[in-house]
Amino acid sequence: MTKKTSIWTRRSFVAGGTAALATPAILSGTRAYAQNAVIKIGHVSPRTGPLAGFAEADDYVLDAIAQAFSAGLENNGKTYTVEIISKDSQSNPNRAAEVAADLILGDEVDIIVAASTPDTVNPVADQAEINEVPCITTDCPWQPYFFGRNGVPGEGFQNTYHFFWGLEDVIGSFLDMWDGAGVAKTVGGLFPNDADGNAWGDAELGLPKPLAAAGYDLVDPGRYQPLSDDFSNQIAAFKSAGCGIVTGNMIPPDFATFWAQSAQQGFAPKVVTIGKALLFPSVIEALGERGDGLSSEVWWSPNHPFNSSLTGASSKELADGYTAATGRPWTQPIGFKHALFEVVADVIKRAEDLDDRAAIVAAIAATNLDTITGTVDWSNGPINNVTKTPLVAGQWQRDGDAMDLKIVANSSAPNIPLTGELKLLS
Amino acid sequence: MKTFRAPISGSNSLDWVNAIVQGTLLGGLYALFAAGLSLIFGVMRLVNIAHGDLIVLAAYLGLTVTTILGLHPLLALLLVVPAMALFGYILQRGILNQTLGKDILPPLLVTFGLSVILQNGLLEIYSADPQKMNAGALETASIPVGELSFGVLPVLTFAIAVAVIAALQWMFYHTALGRAFRATSDNQETAQLMGLNRRHIFGLAMALALGVTAIAGIMLGIRTSFDPSIGGGRLVFGFEAVIIGGLGNMWGTLVGGVILGVAQTVGAKIDPGWQLLAGHIAFLIILAVRPNGLFPRISE
Repeated sequence: MTKKTSIWTRRSFVAGGTAALATPAILSGTRAYAQNAVIKIGHVSPRTGPLAGFAEADDYVLDAIAQAFSAGLENNGKTYTVEIISKDSQSNPNRAAEVAADLILGDEVDIIVAASTPDTVNPVADQAEINEVPCITTDCPWQPYFFGRNGVPGEGFQNTYHFFWGLEDVIGSFLDMWDGAGVAKTVGGLFPNDADGNAWGDAELGLPKPLAAAGYDLVDPGRYQPLSDDFSNQIAAFKSAGCGIVTGNMIPPDFATFWAQSAQQGFAPKVVTIGKALLFPSVIEALGERGDGLSSEVWWSPNHPFNSSLTGASSKELADGYTAATGRPWTQPIGFKHALFEVVADVIKRAEDLDDRAAIVAAIAATNLDTITGTVDWSNGPINNVTKTPLVAGQWQRDGDAMDLKIVANSSAPNIPLTGELKLLS
Repeated sequence: MKTFRAPISGSNSLDWVNAIVQGTLLGGLYALFAAGLSLIFGVMRLVNIAHGDLIVLAAYLGLTVTTILGLHPLLALLLVVPAMALFGYILQRGILNQTLGKDILPPLLVTFGLSVILQNGLLEIYSADPQKMNAGALETASIPVGELSFGVLPVLTFAIAVAVIAALQWMFYHTALGRAFRATSDNQETAQLMGLNRRHIFGLAMALALGVTAIAGIMLGIRTSFDPSIGGGRLVFGFEAVIIGGLGNMWGTLVGGVILGVAQTVGAKIDPGWQLLAGHIAFLIILAVRPNGLFPRISE
């Protein structure tokens, strides 16, 4: 019987080791001299966890962007290779801050971008501000972004810029939709005790004042804890006040609980308009027939009359491309995620000096770009570092086999066409 | 400003009755969450951190069965309960038995790891989309009682909880299997000497516990929408119901669930912000006054 002690012999080790040591010399010899300078973009997004729905189109959008960037971007006559490094926030603000710091300090990105809710956007923007890295964010109403980061109106931030809409737009489009409905002007409010719920229910900055000004009575039983299993008390209060409309900002499981209990306890409002919970087609599908007729804000849809400044694709082409690539229905964040990189590309092309962070920030501030979500122009925002894209209101209606989000109110942005009429629930 | 808060005091007493009855019915769901936990803790002193995620797993299995076979979710129980029970037996024999010993930390850590694996596995397979099981008319049907109306589904959930707990209690005290569970619970070594295979008994206990978990998962999945991340929140309610009722006591677990449910709805009646807090406060008070719960069966 022969015994083999090791596959490594002294000779093979010396030969292999020498080769390994010599490798870098050969590799450095083959390096292309004409290699482009690289500009690195860090991207933070909630790929996993409760917010993952917002990031489900990341792969599709980033693939298209990588393709558009494949030839590099030109700045001052020089071509730059764009490298996008994407990291997962796991839907956790602490983790978002951690990966943002990692991108800034470890990967040394030149620009950092983030999207999807205050829990992702705020920690990333804060890290960028501390480390003085240019930062562009979207997909989070501007009030939680600005005030949630202790922004001072008039001063704003040095390095961080944001585009989306604000609570005033939500309120405006909701009122716009309800005014045509002709139902009792008593509104039941469901606001959770979280960043969004407190902002929406805030007596000064939230829904109460504008609703009162428009002649609506708001029945607000108070902030509830997210993931509650019971809404009987709210339902009883809405029933006794005779609410014809229910509104609020909820997460999908809470809305599902509320909506089933409403039916069980004999509460049938005519209009139900809820922020956040009713954004995604998957949520509406899960509600079955009870999903038909619910309404929500619409930030972007395939019917928005805008085109990508990068690829020239229309909203419809972008949305259809996603459905074709994945077999899933379009979602609203797709447009904003795409627009985020449109702005990045525009900034890279325009910046006076890409090695100077201050020059990049100056280029961001000077942006005036027609994106697939509307015009992004920080010179006309509601507050420092913020600019707004249009917002309309829509209602989920059965269209053939699937539910379709019809745009039913557009006073604030008449260039976005109406695609349906508001139908009452009962 | 015409904003006003919902009437609190001086509102009719019917609202309070409504809050209490709805809370009791909610307690049925919490008791279902807790029964499996109570059972395995009682038999093998195993604290199962993955319990909440196992409930969600059962809900997803139910969803898969109803989608593929077009069954009503309640009929899906016929498939999901045995599937979860089998999974429980294999889990216990394959993994958890290796970790049981004098030290309670290893099984705790292993179930914690299991919880992470389940969450991410479900996310990978089913994505983060909130899902819901469609039970048709059952979801919205209600029974009018005077001026109040109660949902058929919560009433059914409560009835199932009572039936499950009665069945478990009967099994514990009137069957050979129950005797084996009690013997192993009292003294593992002696039970082993008397010819009981402790590993097999533990496997059966976990199988039974996950069978009950399957029912809890399906009832949850009909009541509300779920996604892979909601398990942790349900675990807390399950634990609290077990502790309030007293460790290892099945009827105590039902009482614990009802106390938790009523505390929540009555808390919410005062102010919706108090809903979850009131439940936790009720739990803390009982823990302070009776550290072993209301009806402890196990003396430590």
